Amino acid sequence: MSRSAHRRPATTRLRGARGLVGWLFVLPALGFYAVFVLRPITLTFQYSLYDWNGIGPSTWVGPANYGKVFTDPDLFDSLVNAFQLIVFFSAVPVVLGLASAATIRRIAASRLALVARTVLFLPQVIPLVAAGIAWSWLLASTGVVNQLLTLVGLGGVTRAWLGDFATALPAVGMIGAWVLLGLCTLLLLAGMSKIDPALYEAARLDGAGPWREFVSITVPSLRQEIAVCVTVTVIAALASFDIIYIATQGGPGNTTMVPGLQIYYLAFSEREVGTASALAMVLMVLVIACALPIQWFAKDGNK
Amino acid sequence: MITARRESWTGRLLLVLMMAVTLLPFLSLFVTALHPSGTYPAGLAWPDDPQWGNFLRAFEAANMGALLWSSVLIVLGVVPISILLGTMAGFAIGHLRVIGGRVVFLLFVLGLTLPFEGVITPLYYQLRDMGLLNTRWAIILPLIGLFMPFSVFWMRAHFVNMPGELSESARMDGANVWQLFRRIHVPLAMPAISSLGILLFLWTWNQFLLAIVLVDDPAKRTMSGALGAFQGQWGTDIPLLCAGSLLILTPTLVIFLIFQRHFVKALLQGSLKG
Repeated sequence: MSRSAHRRPATTRLRGARGLVGWLFVLPALGFYAVFVLRPITLTFQYSLYDWNGIGPSTWVGPANYGKVFTDPDLFDSLVNAFQLIVFFSAVPVVLGLASAATIRRIAASRLALVARTVLFLPQVIPLVAAGIAWSWLLASTGVVNQLLTLVGLGGVTRAWLGDFATALPAVGMIGAWVLLGLCTLLLLAGMSKIDPALYEAARLDGAGPWREFVSITVPSLRQEIAVCVTVTVIAALASFDIIYIATQGGPGNTTMVPGLQIYYLAFSEREVGTASALAMVLMVLVIACALPIQWFAKDGNK
Repeated sequence: MITARRESWTGRLLLVLMMAVTLLPFLSLFVTALHPSGTYPAGLAWPDDPQWGNFLRAFEAANMGALLWSSVLIVLGVVPISILLGTMAGFAIGHLRVIGGRVVFLLFVLGLTLPFEGVITPLYYQLRDMGLLNTRWAIILPLIGLFMPFSVFWMRAHFVNMPGELSESARMDGANVWQLFRRIHVPLAMPAISSLGILLFLWTWNQFLLAIVLVDDPAKRTMSGALGAFQGQWGTDIPLLCAGSLLILTPTLVIFLIFQRHFVKALLQGSLKG
């Protein structure tokens, strides 16, 4: 009440600032955004309605390119693959992140907890390209993964993980999980530190074990943080590019092709700008369609 | 007490296991990088005769000095301009509450989750028409625009919490809007600005898609983009590729270890707000 009463004279005095002068502060940012984001988005939409090889004349084809995105198996499969990657990019880091964050919280004061926070976060700061190269080598037929499997007596399942039709997509997914685990752990840990410790004490007194405690107190209190983790990781899965480009280039066959990489190939190798743009539009809509509901879910939980 | 101890030990074991998996790729890169160039080493094995010279060879083969310089130039182009423009817009929308600011803000929010693949094709033709392809500007200018939604969103979140009384008294003392911004609000916003700077640095340094599409010459790309070219060139020489990858990921790793607290804080806030 008193706040708004105070503010009124200020806003009156700042009237000029709210109009023309204020806009001078917004315009440069808006300019860059308009030229390098808004204009390209409208152009993507425009290109998506034409058949164009990027050089010669273009022909109007209406929604035909969109039809192709959903009927051409190669294009449609890339969308399906992206959704399958969500399991690895999203579910694995969130579940493991919950486990590791709960552990770190319990031993927060120890040196191990401090080291773990740093170490688990490392993949988040290095270029995804480097992660891709490192893992391609780990997963190669003579790589460490196969070496370890042989060591524990599972020599029978060894293979070139990224080159095998059955395992390439999960293998690429594990690279994403490796990258995103640290971020999820720290986000969830930050959320856990806000939970009232009295809740845990009460639960302990009622005889709750660690599992019960985890399910009844920790997870429900972390609704918002979990939603953030899911949003960030789902977008990372749908828009994945760097890891796939380096690790498999979409192969073997089309088993790890994702929309981002497909757009790149279509636009810059196969010179099918129209089809690439239609796929790009579909990808942008999918990302928004996935991100918005999760955000709403988080907001509701907050109230 | 005994159960508590057992829980804590299973937890510790799990953590140690996860840390081992996290470190394994780094370890594998390192050990492999020490094998004789051109060989195809098997798994994790310490070489009989560690080839420390591989790092030097990779440094020269990848033209690492030029790459570092190029990445620094790109970061210096993107980060200060993004911060300045983002802070100004965030100030006007969050604190001055310009007329129509809500609509503009919504427009920016729309771009928050934009996958870069969505605009890369028109960006290519646009920059070609501007005559900027194959220059560092082709990475710098679009990145400023692409990071703008986040920069504005981030800075607005800071300014929206600044009390109006603060500006009111400065205005009474005769400050104009620019002075108000420059003298009062920017100094107070330094924590938010430095976090934003850390995030923008990291995202610029690690940018790959824009670098490979818009710039052909690896020496004018970001470190990350150049690594793609390096892989194409040295992909068959595994030890050299591993040495090169390690060199390329070292700068961000070192900066992370120095500014660890800031990094983690910024990235966490970044995701929570985004």
